[in-house]
This record gives sequence, structure tokens and C-alpha cells, in this order.
Amino acid sequence: MPFLTVVYALLFYLATALLVGGLAYKIRQYAKTPAPLKIPTTPAPVTRSGVVLRMFRELAFFESLFKSNKWIWVFGYLFHFGMLLVLARHLRYFTNPVWTWVDLIQPFGLYAAFAMAAGLAGLWARRFLVDRVRYISALSDHLMLALLLGIALTGLAMDYLTHTDIVALKAFFLGLMYFNWQPIPEDPVLLLHLALVATLMIIFPISKLLHAPGIFFSPTRNQVDNPREQRHLAAWAAKLENR
Amino acid sequence: MADFETPELKEYPVIPHLQEGVMAHSKPFVAKEEFQESLGFPGELVDNWEQVALDKMQELTGKYRGFQVFLDSCVKCGACTDKCHYYLGTSDPKNMPVARQDLLRKVYRRNFTFAGKYFPKLVGAVDLTKEVLDDWYSYFHQCSQCRRCSVYCPYGIDTAEISMAAREIMDCVGVGQKYCNEIIGKVYKIGNNLGLPQPALVDTLEGLEEEVEEDIGVKVRFPVDEKGAEILVVTPSADFFAEPHVDGLIGYAKVFHEAGISWTLSSYASEAANFGMFIGSYENMRKVSLRIREAALDLGVKRIVMGECGHAWRVAYSFLNTLAGPFDFLDPNYPVPQHILEFTHDLIQRGALTMDKSANDDMVLTYHDSCNVARASRMGSKPGGQFTIPRDVIRASCNHFYDMPQDTIHEATYCCGGGGGLLTDDLMELRVKGALPRMEALKQVVEEHGVTHMAAICAICKSQFSKVLPYYGFTMDSIVSVHQLVSNAIVVGSKQ
Ligand code: HEM
Ligand code: SF4
Ligand code: SF4
Repeated sequence: MPFLTVVYALLFYLATALLVGGLAYKIRQYAKTPAPLKIPTTPAPVTRSGVVLRMFRELAFFESLFKSNKWIWVFGYLFHFGMLLVLARHLRYFTNPVWTWVDLIQPFGLYAAFAMAAGLAGLWARRFLVDRVRYISALSDHLMLALLLGIALTGLAMDYLTHTDIVALKAFFLGLMYFNWQPIPEDPVLLLHLALVATLMIIFPISKLLHAPGIFFSPTRNQVDNPREQRHLAAWAAKLENR
Repeated sequence: MADFETPELKEYPVIPHLQEGVMAHSKPFVAKEEFQESLGFPGELVDNWEQVALDKMQELTGKYRGFQVFLDSCVKCGACTDKCHYYLGTSDPKNMPVARQDLLRKVYRRNFTFAGKYFPKLVGAVDLTKEVLDDWYSYFHQCSQCRRCSVYCPYGIDTAEISMAAREIMDCVGVGQKYCNEIIGKVYKIGNNLGLPQPALVDTLEGLEEEVEEDIGVKVRFPVDEKGAEILVVTPSADFFAEPHVDGLIGYAKVFHEAGISWTLSSYASEAANFGMFIGSYENMRKVSLRIREAALDLGVKRIVMGECGHAWRVAYSFLNTLAGPFDFLDPNYPVPQHILEFTHDLIQRGALTMDKSANDDMVLTYHDSCNVARASRMGSKPGGQFTIPRDVIRASCNHFYDMPQDTIHEATYCCGGGGGLLTDDLMELRVKGALPRMEALKQVVEEHGVTHMAAICAICKSQFSKVLPYYGFTMDSIVSVHQLVSNAIVVGSKQ
């Protein structure tokens, strides 16, 4: 087996393990930590289904962000939904035969990559141009954008500049999934692209990317506004009552 | 008037550029030993305070999901940076909600996250030092816990929750805030924030009875500690004598009189406000809340109604059932507790009150949504009732009403500048500057519609505005209670 194939195979096993394990740990932590008080930001839905709808609007439209800042909203929306489409498009490397809907979105996936890169560029520009955002940015905030933009640009480069052996690449990933390793195409742009992706996977559970699971557990968004109708009591708070 | 400059009211609100450190000097007086100890906190900075603080921080991340999720989830998008009235009024970057959170988050990261432990510079993590603690004391007492930032954050990160946790941590290492902690001590000792003892309360209420009888020729009662009354009314103690609060109390009494329902105040639970929330202390908040339960049981009432007060309504509406429930000994046909506005609104809807709107014709009104009513509670059965019900009651009481600009009311309302335990003279500069966005909105309706008065339903808002309105060229009596309008308009005795 070529050396690089071994390195990348191990790298992706490690990255996947850290991503899945890390996220599982954080999600478990969030789920197990009680929310002792009712603190939805009101007006809030008064029913569970209302909360599901509120959460859906946050996820699908970034509703709160839309209310607060149109620039961030536009760039953030381009980036996230561009990325979502790009990710969906990438499923063709992991499925055999390729699912029909994945086939159908292939042409859009390409525009999506531009949208993603444009969104990231806009967000990054804000970190330099808006004095308030500059003030709150740490080095890691810049690097995170650099990393994502790097992923998007190396990806686009493979589409437009150098052409990678997609068939061999697919064989490599399917090989990883079925523990039947195949050699990785040794194209430098691809290797860079994949290294960046693995880095992203590794830092996901130990960085601000935790906003993705976090939003589902945010009590100001996921609580039903019914404190008068239903008594809400955390286990640790209930203990105070028996003292 | 003071050793700081009152901000200028601009034609259009502008987002200021950063001026680092301009509010670093602003800090409230520190609580003395006796007041710390009566709340169960150490009297002065403990020796190993760094460790105590970190232990407390860890305990809180395990007890409050919100705290944990908020510390992890911020992406530094900047959407909240221009949403805080204290940033808009002071230009100090540490008053941007995310920057305020970061004061605590950077210590959390340093001690409890992989990135912060091994790459502190990269993620802006720092150790907990005396300078950091000083910054905490300063800037976590420049947050009125109004939750405006939480509305605009894509994940609902609520800086109020971070401020509460920070204050709890500071209390636990021995640096509490004088104003809040002294007041909570008074509630435990005497029953209310103002330290008004039972005989004085009885006297005051008798005085009010005489005053109202002289004024309208009808004897309207102000009962206190009357066992067997139908309704226990719990109201902020400012209602007992400060202007314009007391005019609101007179309004409640007239409404109960007209409704023909017996009611009583309690000298034991003679305070609706619950400063336990401001210092983030579940246990103190619970202890204060239990007084209401005890009073209700002791007096044998069937219902609990809360007077006009913002943070008090948050604790009552959102937390009372949790902290002091279940209230299965009360009449299940009514929500526990009810807001006085829900009560009055219901009577108006049913046509049970005769209102002479022209009695308020000397005023052109606008209405200030109190932050904790708007963003942390509800009135009535529908979301947003907290916006419509007060306005319905105001419209039923007067002929001239105009709302301030859309982006300054309802859920977007600006804090008065004095909430969250900051209503103290040692923070006057902060209070004046923090009122800027509200004053700008007020100025706009004054110029466009000739508004003369602003109505509010919170004791803190009313006190704060009485004090800061003059700094901006308005008169201090242009702030009124909503039930003061009701009191003026209601025709007492019409239904007998
Ligand atoms: C549940 C799914 C997700 C939701 C609802 C969500 C939502 C958001 C929102 C509303 C923002 C703020 C606006 C912005 O700057 O774009 C944001 C920022 C960000 N998101 Fe997500 N996101 C999700 C998943 C992800 C994933 C999977 C990644 C990365 C692989 C990611 C990376 C980022 C980054 C890097 C930022 C910061 C952008 C900046 O620096 O300004 N997000 N996210
Ligand atoms: S809760 Fe209110 S005062 Fe505190 S940071 Fe947010 S907007 Fe500012
Ligand atoms: S809006 Fe929320 S996520 Fe964005 S910087 Fe502010 S607190 Fe962080």
C-alpha cells in the first residue's frame, strides 16, 4: 500500500472517531444538564409543536439573525446553505450506486461552492472592516474562516483547474468504509483539500462549531412558554424542597 | 449636575465607534460583610478565591444547561454587538453583549476546554487574575439583564444568564454588590426592599384611603393582612409611596373596588421584586419567593395578583410555580399568579368598568415596554399578550396614544437603563448613558406626535425615568404608571 494512502486512511479514521466521539460526548453533556428555570425568549410558542416550528425557522431561515443584521444574514446564509448543498453533492463519493437525488443536485452543487466561498469571504471581510467585529475576533476566528475558505477553494480548483481522478477517489473512500483499502490519487490539491477537511472534522467538537448541536439545546429557543400551566422542576432544585 | 456628559440625542440613532475602556471606572459599591453573610456568602474576598471561583463556574455549567451551551456556542458573528443600550450609550466595547460574555468565556476556555488549555493565545483564553475579576465586577454590573441581545443572537445566547452566573460566582468569592445584597437582606428581615415595617405600611395605606376619599368622595379600601380575602396582591414596595408608583396602587384599589372583589396586601410579602434573580442565586430567589406562598397560605386567599413591576413579573410568571409551587391550594380557574393588567383588561373586556377617557386628555401618551415583561414573560393566553394587553388598557383609559418606533418597542424594546440591580446612585453615569436609546425613541414621538407622557409598568423603569428624564431635557413627571391612567379614567361607583 502506498505510504500516503496509509497516512490518509488513518487520518480519516481518526478524524471520524474524534468527530463522532466528541460530538456524542458534547450532546450527551447538553442533554443531561438540567435547565432549572423557564427562560424562553418571549414571545415564545405555548406548545411543543410551536417550539418545533420556531426551531425550524431558526435552522432553515436563521430567523433571529435575519432580525438583527442583514449583512451577516446574507453571507452566513450563502455560506451555510452553499456548504449544505456541497456536502450533499459529496455523497456521490460515498454511495454506490449514487442515490438519485444526489445525482439530481450535482449541477447546483457547483454554484453552491461559489456561494459558500462568497459567503465566507464576506464574513471574513467583516472581521476586518467592522470595528466591533474586529474587536471580538480572536485568531481562531480568522483561522476557522481560512480553513473553510481553503476547503472551498481547493475544491473549486479541482473542478476548474486540475482534474482529479474521481473514480480512484471514490474507490479510496468506499474502501475506507468497507475496510478494503484502495490507493488514494496522489494529486497535491486533492491531498491538501482532504487534509483541511480532516482538520475541520477534528476541531469540530472542541471549537465554536459546537453552535450546530448547541442551537438545539438552547433553552431560550427550545422551551415551551407554559410556566404557569405546568410546574417545571429540575432534580437538583427538587432536592432543596426536602431540606 | 454630574461629572460626566449626558449623551446628545441625535436625529437618527447611530452605532458608535469603539472607545476602549471608557467605562472601566464604573463599578457599584461592594457589599459589606454583614450583608454578604445574611445571604450565605463570604464577607470578603476569600484567600483561595481563584479556585473557589473556578469550582463555582464548573458547578454552574453542570446545573444550568443554558450557561454551558451559551459558553460553547458563540461564533463571534457580531450580530449582537450593536444591540445593547449600554454599548450604544457608552461606546465601551466591553458593553457589547458578546464582549461581555467573553470576559467570562475566556476564563472558561482557559480552564475547561482543550483549545484553551493548550492553545490559550489562539482562542483568546486567559487565566483568572485580579484584573479579570475587577473587569467582571465592573462590566457584569453594566448589564441590566434585559435580554435584548438574546432576541437577536442566532442561538438565543442570553448575556443576562452569563451576568447572573458571573454575579453568583463573585458573591461566592466574597465580592457582592452592595445595592442588591443589602436589599435582599431587608426583604428577609422586614419583608420588602424599602425596609418599610408593618406599622408604617398600615399607616401609609390608611393615609391613601383618606386621600382617595377626599379626592373622589368614595371610600376605596386599601386592606392589609386581611385573612379570608379573595385575592392577595403583591406589588413592588415603591408603590406604597413613591411617585408615580403610588398613583398606580390607587388605580389597582379602584379596580378592585369596582370589581367588588375582596383583596389584601400582605405585610410579610410586601414586595413583588425579587433581587435574588439579579444576583443569579437560585436559593435566594427561592427564599424570597416562598414568602409569597407563605402569605397566601396564611391569609387563606384564593388568587394571587402581581402589581406593576417588570423583573418581579418575570420571576412571578416564569419562576414562581417552579420556586414556590405547586399552588394547588388556590382557585384553579385563574392563572397563578395573575398580572394586575390581566385582571383589569379582563374587566374592561367584559364591560365591567366605566372608563372616562377624557380624564386623561391633558396627556398625549406613549408606552415603554419593560424588558422583562416583553422578553421574559407573557400576559394572557397568547404569545405577545404582554404587548397588546397593556396597550389595550391604555387605549381604554385615554384618547391620545402613540407608539414609539417599531425597533424600540415590543420584543425590540430598550431597557430603561436601570434594571437588573443597577438602580443605585453609585451607577448614575451608567444609568444616564444607558437610557440614551429609549430617550431617542421618546424624542421622536415627542416631536412627531406631541407626546407628553410615557407610561410604564415597572417600578424600576418608573424610578429610573424619574431620575434620568431631566438629564435629557424632559420633566421628571412625564413618566406615569399605567394604572395611574386607569385610576384617572375609571368612574368609581358607577356600577353600584
Ligand atoms: C445546525 C446546523 C447549523 C446552523 C443552524 C448554523 C448556524 C449558524 C449561524 C446562524 C451562524 C452565524 C452567522 C454566520 O456567521 O454565518 C453561523 C456561523 C458559523 N457557522 Fe454555522 N450553523 C450550522 C452548522 C455549521 C457547520 C456544520 C459548520 C462547519 C462545518 C458551521 C460553520 C460556521 C462558522 C465557521 C461560522 C462563523 C462564521 C464567521 O466567522 O463569521 N456551521 N452558523
Ligand atoms: S442582557 Fe441587555 S444589558 Fe445585558 S448585555 Fe444583553 S442587551 Fe446588554
Ligand atoms: S449574536 Fe450570539 S453568536 Fe453572534 S456574537 Fe453575539 S452572542 Fe455570539
